[in-house]
Amino acid sequence: MSEFDTIAAAATAMVSSGIGIIRISGGESFSVMEKVFRPYNQRKKMSSQPAYTVHYGTIVDKDEVLDEVLVVLMRAPHSYTAEDTVEIDCHGGRLVMQRILELVLQNGARLAEPGEFTKRAFLNGRIDLSQAEAVMDVIQSKNQMALKSSVSQLQGSVRLEIEKLRSAILYETAYLEAALDDPEHISLEGYPQELLKKVEGLCKELDDLLKASENGRFLKEGIKTVILGKPNAGKSSLLNVLLGEERAIVTEIEGTTRDVLEEQLQLGDLSLLLLDTAGIRSTEDLVEQIGVERARKQAQDADLILYVADSSRPLNESDEEILDILRGKRALVLLNKSDLLPVLTPEMMEKKTEHKVLSISAKEEQGIRELEQEIRAMFFQGELDFNEEVLITNMRQKEALKDAKSSLQMVMESIRSNMPEDFYTIDLSDAYQALGKILGEEMDEDLINEIFGKFCMGK
Amino acid sequence: MNTVYKEICQAVVVGAGHAGCEAALACARLGIDTVLFTVSVDSIALMPCNPNIGGTSKGHLVREIDALGGEMGKNIDKTFIQSKMLNVSKGPAVHSLRAQADKSEYSRSMRRVLENTDHLSIVQAEVAEILTEEGKDGKVVKGVRTVSGALYEAQAVILCTGTYLRARCIYGNVSSYTGPNGLQAANHLTDSLRKLGIELFRFKTGTPARIDKRSIDFSKMEEQRGDEQVVPFSFTTDPESVQIPQVSCWLTYTNEKTHEIIRENLDRSPLYSGMIEGTGPRYCPSIEDKVVRFADKERHQVFIEPEGLYTNEMYVGGMSSSLPEDVQHAMYSSVAGLEHVRIVRNAYAIEYDCIDARQLYPSLEFKTIHGLFSGGQFNGSSGYEEAAAQGLVAGINAARMIQKKEPLILDRSQAYIGVLIDDLVTKENREPYRMMTSRSEYRLLLRQDNADLRLTEIGHEIGLILEERYQGLKEKERQIQEEIRRVERVYVGTSEKVQKLLESYESTPLHSGISLAELIRRPELNYEVLAPVDPDRPKLLRGVAEQVNIHIKYDGYIRRQQKQVEQFQKLENRKIPEDLDYDEIPSLRIEARQKLKIVKPVSVGQASRISGVSPADISVLLVWLEQKKGRKG
Repeated sequence: MSEFDTIAAAATAMVSSGIGIIRISGGESFSVMEKVFRPYNQRKKMSSQPAYTVHYGTIVDKDEVLDEVLVVLMRAPHSYTAEDTVEIDCHGGRLVMQRILELVLQNGARLAEPGEFTKRAFLNGRIDLSQAEAVMDVIQSKNQMALKSSVSQLQGSVRLEIEKLRSAILYETAYLEAALDDPEHISLEGYPQELLKKVEGLCKELDDLLKASENGRFLKEGIKTVILGKPNAGKSSLLNVLLGEERAIVTEIEGTTRDVLEEQLQLGDLSLLLLDTAGIRSTEDLVEQIGVERARKQAQDADLILYVADSSRPLNESDEEILDILRGKRALVLLNKSDLLPVLTPEMMEKKTEHKVLSISAKEEQGIRELEQEIRAMFFQGELDFNEEVLITNMRQKEALKDAKSSLQMVMESIRSNMPEDFYTIDLSDAYQALGKILGEEMDEDLINEIFGKFCMGK
Repeated sequence: MNTVYKEICQAVVVGAGHAGCEAALACARLGIDTVLFTVSVDSIALMPCNPNIGGTSKGHLVREIDALGGEMGKNIDKTFIQSKMLNVSKGPAVHSLRAQADKSEYSRSMRRVLENTDHLSIVQAEVAEILTEEGKDGKVVKGVRTVSGALYEAQAVILCTGTYLRARCIYGNVSSYTGPNGLQAANHLTDSLRKLGIELFRFKTGTPARIDKRSIDFSKMEEQRGDEQVVPFSFTTDPESVQIPQVSCWLTYTNEKTHEIIRENLDRSPLYSGMIEGTGPRYCPSIEDKVVRFADKERHQVFIEPEGLYTNEMYVGGMSSSLPEDVQHAMYSSVAGLEHVRIVRNAYAIEYDCIDARQLYPSLEFKTIHGLFSGGQFNGSSGYEEAAAQGLVAGINAARMIQKKEPLILDRSQAYIGVLIDDLVTKENREPYRMMTSRSEYRLLLRQDNADLRLTEIGHEIGLILEERYQGLKEKERQIQEEIRRVERVYVGTSEKVQKLLESYESTPLHSGISLAELIRRPELNYEVLAPVDPDRPKLLRGVAEQVNIHIKYDGYIRRQQKQVEQFQKLENRKIPEDLDYDEIPSLRIEARQKLKIVKPVSVGQASRISGVSPADISVLLVWLEQKKGRKG
């Protein structure tokens, strides 16, 4: 653990709002800022600007301008953490803030642990002693929460993949160490070239994981979108159209979807976590009852509800029940089956539900584009948002993946430049530890156990 | 009338194995009147198992012991019969020196040193009891009582009982309550230690048979010679003095038949019948263990090593065992070259009492008994070198305690000794602990070649390194710095001589001038081979060229580790007061609280290495300590 390096994080929530603040703290914060910030007056030497000054300019990634910002400079000990601190005031919004933060991380800062700014403020004497207990509480609870969510949000398949990579790295490290420890029993003849191939393979797999983490396929993240409706209103058909594949089973029989189906949908750079539910009606079927109950529950903490109504059939008490759930929630009403003769009209529905109404035909794939556009618009106008914690978790994990990858690249570099074998293990161990962070696991005695477990050695 | 013999000294060392010898020498050399107890004066510095000193990572320990002013390196330099630098094709961090010893010479030579050291006396007796009294901060050591009732009063007692405490030797269904080689076990001390509240448990280790050289057919084995140019262990040994005729070791292999014999008789092994209760080390498994755990291996290596020049006994490395006598005969004679083997001493397993070293501070003093120290196998380690290293530190710290000085604590970035002791006193240790280079996270900095540069200054401060040696070190340091600067500055041109030299090492020819340092960095070149194109090269002290070469070649990696060490030291320097009450700290997780109470770490750094203590717990601890400090100003 590094206690006194340079850390960064969003100081405001990463949601759509007027202003967002990215905070950097630590000895390197000025040099990190200089690498990403281009002042309006380009001759201005940023690092020699006085404390408590504000500078206008742009955040630039290579040549791409990410945002127009104001940069606030503070020097130790006159800042919240009592360290050199830079605050970047940018435009609020998840995408902008995420990209700026990632850029800052790429340029030498580390993503702050939960509660770390506060911890530093305290350790550097900026917070009153009487608040120590509160500080300790925050650190412990925030970290435990982050750890829990980090592991639980991981997709099952991703978790398996990381475990596989990790055990492959551990095996090679242990082999090397066993050979270094017992050269008379275990030979490394020809091994470096073999390792090079293996590490290349591991790097490719890491690349796939990185891509997955960038496309949001890494975590069960996204705007939690629950599809509600009466049985056979066409909920599952809608899901299938949106996903472009036959995911949910579509039949003519009412109550086919008895459980909640979960899918991730990418709308450009926006990702939705789609939940298809059992149709809502009073039913005697026990299994279906459980499904309905689950649908209700899911709807309660949804970010967005898509209410699918069959425009060719009149409303009944089941619809009333749904309308009840919809009250006070972010929702869109979808009048499905616009290809059939309508009984319900948009005007009627809009008045009744006080939500925006769109006409669609899941079967004919009509109105789907409009639906997507509407969701995007809601998001970018700040009406929609999703759990920020997931975003930070994802960023932390992406950072760990990148660390692991650059460590493996160092291993390849060492092999290619004919460095002695014992140098490989330094970076292999780093890669192992980086991946361990994603799973919330540490190295401890893993290596020693692997050496003795897998290789026969000793006098 | 109650008449017992009574003597007053300053320090008592219990046991004269590798830990005890170093402990006693360190104490005495620091001016402390020291009595060294042994159950047999003839078994001082005995090597009851393998006949060698050093090896991977253990060679590092020996070098470090030497750099601090210990004896092991000097003693093996005087008594070795073969020497080899291992891993020379690999990086400098894993080069390790290993020497075959003439066992009886090693023992005799160490005894001679002990017998001729001022302030040191040797007493043959079994210590039965540790005497303490209640001081104002808990128990304080007063001295020891021997089995015969004699009293030795002392301010410090160092326990180096090795494998002798309630020792039991076992093979097949035969077991005898003796130490190694049938030596008398120490059966009384355990009770005394228990009464003092010290927790003990059982560890186990084993040794292979010794066989008669005349019964071996060496033509069926591969000869293993020593190095042509021998490198001494001690930085003080004249390299010329160690260029002596050497004796060979021999390599052969087990085979399917050997394995079959073992498998058929597993039910007669005391390990599997439950007769042995102690935990054995995974890194030196018995041959039956290897056959069971690595069933797919068709053969295992067997090293036949001489026990000395004046004996025909040979050590059968790789085949330690506790199988019954008849099985041992069948098993050994199934190995190529051993068809007519005559066994002199059977292989056996040995069980003994030792402690969970988390009861010790990193100074190797017991947390609950002031003045009581311990080192070596008693602390749950294994190996001569690990023992000697701890003995040295325990001896130094006992002397410093008596002299009211701060203890010597080497950290993980300074020495393998630091790694060894930190692991022992911090982590839960479930088997005899052996040093390994992979246990050292900064091994690129902790090389065997620079042990003097790392530690001799410390040895000098302590008082175990004489002024002359210290001045020699200072001169060496100066030359290294100067020579590194010089090779960075000196440019070589594209002369024919240079290009020819490069060509002969298959190195890319030069297009323009380049610094010597740049050339040294090329993997196929080094400092040494560039001598012909470096006419101004000065005459340098021994070892300087090697340091220059390593520093230039691995500069990037070395810097990286140095940066990590800086981070590491920040937490090491955050000390935790001895009387910290972990129950008072809110927000610590229960598991962390329990572990911290057991280990009582001396620094936040040590706390961070306890398994079960999370980074968040460490943050909480830091905040608490800051608050306790009550912030001044």
